Amino acid sequence: MPKNQTPPLLEIKNLHARVEGHEILRGVDLTVYPGEVHSIMGPNGSGKSTLAQVLAGRETFEVTEGSIAYLGKDLLEMEPDQRACEGIFMAFQYPVEIPGVSNTQFLHAAYNAQRKYRGQEEIDAIDFLKLVRDKAKLVKIDEKLLSRSVNEGFSGGEKKRHEIYQMAILAPKLAILDETDSGLDIDALRIVADGVNSLRGPDRSFLVITHYQRLLNYIVPDFVHVLHKGRIVRSGGKDLALQLEEKGYGWVEKEAVAAAV
Amino acid sequence: MITMSPEKTRTAATLDRLDVSAVEPGPEWLYASRWAAFERFRQLGLPDTHHEDWRFTNIAPIKQTAFTLSSPAPNLTRSVIEPLLIPGLDCCRLVFVNGRYQPSLSDTAGLPPGMGLWSLHEAFTTKRSLLEEHLGKLTNTDKHPFAALNTALFRDGAVIFVPRGAAVSRPIHLLHIAAPGDEPPLISPRHLIVTEADTTLSVIEDYATLGDGVYLTNALTEIVVGPNAQVTHYLLERESPRAFNVTTLHVHQGRDSRFASHSAQFGGSIVRNNVSPVHAGEGGHSLLNGLYVLRDDQLVDNHMRVDHATPHCDSRQFYKGIMTQRSHGVFRGRIIVRQDAQKTDAKQNNQNLLLSEEAGANADPQLEIYADDVKCTHGATVGQIDEDQVFYLRSRGIPHETARAMIVYAFASENLERMPLQPVRQLVQRLLLDRLPHGKLLEQTL
Ligand SMILES: Nc1ncnc2c1ncn2[C@@H]1O[C@H](COP(=O)(O)OP(=O)(O)OP(=O)(O)O)[C@@H](O)[C@H]1O
Ligand SMILES: [Mg+2]
Repeated sequence: MPKNQTPPLLEIKNLHARVEGHEILRGVDLTVYPGEVHSIMGPNGSGKSTLAQVLAGRETFEVTEGSIAYLGKDLLEMEPDQRACEGIFMAFQYPVEIPGVSNTQFLHAAYNAQRKYRGQEEIDAIDFLKLVRDKAKLVKIDEKLLSRSVNEGFSGGEKKRHEIYQMAILAPKLAILDETDSGLDIDALRIVADGVNSLRGPDRSFLVITHYQRLLNYIVPDFVHVLHKGRIVRSGGKDLALQLEEKGYGWVEKEAVAAAV
Repeated sequence: MITMSPEKTRTAATLDRLDVSAVEPGPEWLYASRWAAFERFRQLGLPDTHHEDWRFTNIAPIKQTAFTLSSPAPNLTRSVIEPLLIPGLDCCRLVFVNGRYQPSLSDTAGLPPGMGLWSLHEAFTTKRSLLEEHLGKLTNTDKHPFAALNTALFRDGAVIFVPRGAAVSRPIHLLHIAAPGDEPPLISPRHLIVTEADTTLSVIEDYATLGDGVYLTNALTEIVVGPNAQVTHYLLERESPRAFNVTTLHVHQGRDSRFASHSAQFGGSIVRNNVSPVHAGEGGHSLLNGLYVLRDDQLVDNHMRVDHATPHCDSRQFYKGIMTQRSHGVFRGRIIVRQDAQKTDAKQNNQNLLLSEEAGANADPQLEIYADDVKCTHGATVGQIDEDQVFYLRSRGIPHETARAMIVYAFASENLERMPLQPVRQLVQRLLLDRLPHGKLLEQTL
């Protein structure tokens, strides 16, 4: 990690987490500074989504050891909605459908809840509609989708784009994208990547979780980490992704075993 | 033969010991049928949970209550009833207080020519032939004790007649206000609605309470939907938490008719709602849409019986329940498809959301199908709030309580949206928000 003047945005230390008695994260260390893009790669079941969910505050995952500092505060003490208000956003790997809650109603409620938390004035439906229209263009999302219920009847690709769209509206400090690229065709992938790239800036950091090196051609990360069996077993620059692509996860697995001996 | 005398006694008695001599007898031409119905009621007795139709609904508290048949209506002023009117609804209105029609609180102006809107009490003398032709014709007092009891005791209600071709643009609000005194009254409203061919009508049957006394409303409504007619019926149950309520709705649907029943139930302690449309003409469509939102120890039982007697009819039943605390919802939906009723398309769905450990729900679909070329589907669910949905909303910054309220509201909204009259829908929405845990938090987000 390079020395940085500014304090870290996120500092994960020796994080252990379990679900239903199974230990899934087994000592994760990760530091993210403002403006950085980190990519987390790893085979199926290595704990990528678990890490994302723990950061977002999902209660089904129990943190048994370690700490997470976010902007110097203890993240584990915060409720999920408070984390969102503090600027954490997770794009879900599998966004849930919520029939009966309209997208616009949902986003307006979320947007105003965050403003209220920060002591800002809430904005009315008309101004909000203007804002969401502009952002809809950014991720080329069909406005018709927005009058529907949250994610209801959306295709896989529409759900992923809808996550990026929410991110654009909520303008987080830390965005965690959990396999937002999976299942997208190349056009949709470009749209998602363009959306992310347009939001990159010195005050916004990204944790881009992906299976495939492909995404990293479009979103060029500062760092790549490999998660294996609940631990980061290797970190490097963007070239690491290419190496992984070439040699497969078997390669890091072998190395991880060798390192453990 | 014992005749019923107009003298009043003020002694209250349990339903099995009612003294019907205390009842205003009404017109002589009804004596025989009233008396027969009362005899039948006595033979049938009140059901217990061994009775197939009352398996999940224990009415012991009703049985144990002593009711009075004499419940004079207090003089209410407009300002007292004002809060019970439906905001924004341009309607004709009949107001009943303790079951008696109150002309000074009612508004029957502006009816289309030829249309009739009377109190039953008045119609006894002025509309005898209409009553003789239709009153009681859709009701089976032989099997149903509460129908028999109503038939023995009714003395007032509404009579609506819509002549061929008339489209009644103003809905008709039948506002029932109970103002129970020290002794719990038994109130027996009776309504008759007859629509001829090619007509349109909306009726809102509404039950509310002043104060929080105990009483039993045992209402019965018969609707004849003429050929190609469209009738929309709303039932609003917003009585006090100590009220008992049994409402029965019989509907006879003519050829190509459309009938919709929308019920919204929030009030009462023990509530039973029977809705029974009969598809008696080809090409008819019926929709039974209902929402019950309960708390404390409320018990609400919705009993649907859709009878397909002719071919090519569609029926839809969509009922949803939300139960908190120790409340309990019951849904029984029976679909009968007679041998001749080919090409029937019948759907039934009941969904329940339990918001506490002690809340409960029973769903009991019953299909009786004697025709072979039909489409019948039914489904029932009892579940809890989906925590993945809650987390999704929270992960965007929406506070926990608001997130839960949004999801519960969303569950109900589908049924709300089926109600075509906007002022009624808005009233139901308000009742819903008042009732939902943290519903207030939603007011800004809707
Ligand atoms: N709710 C749960 N109950 C039981 N086991 C779980 C639960 N959630 C996750 N797991 C298990 O935890 C492990 C890690 O899961 P996780 O979803 O974090 O993996 P992942 O790296 O995101 O995988 P993928 O690439 O398939 O998305 C897996 O073995 C998974 O089966
Ligand atoms: Mg995953």
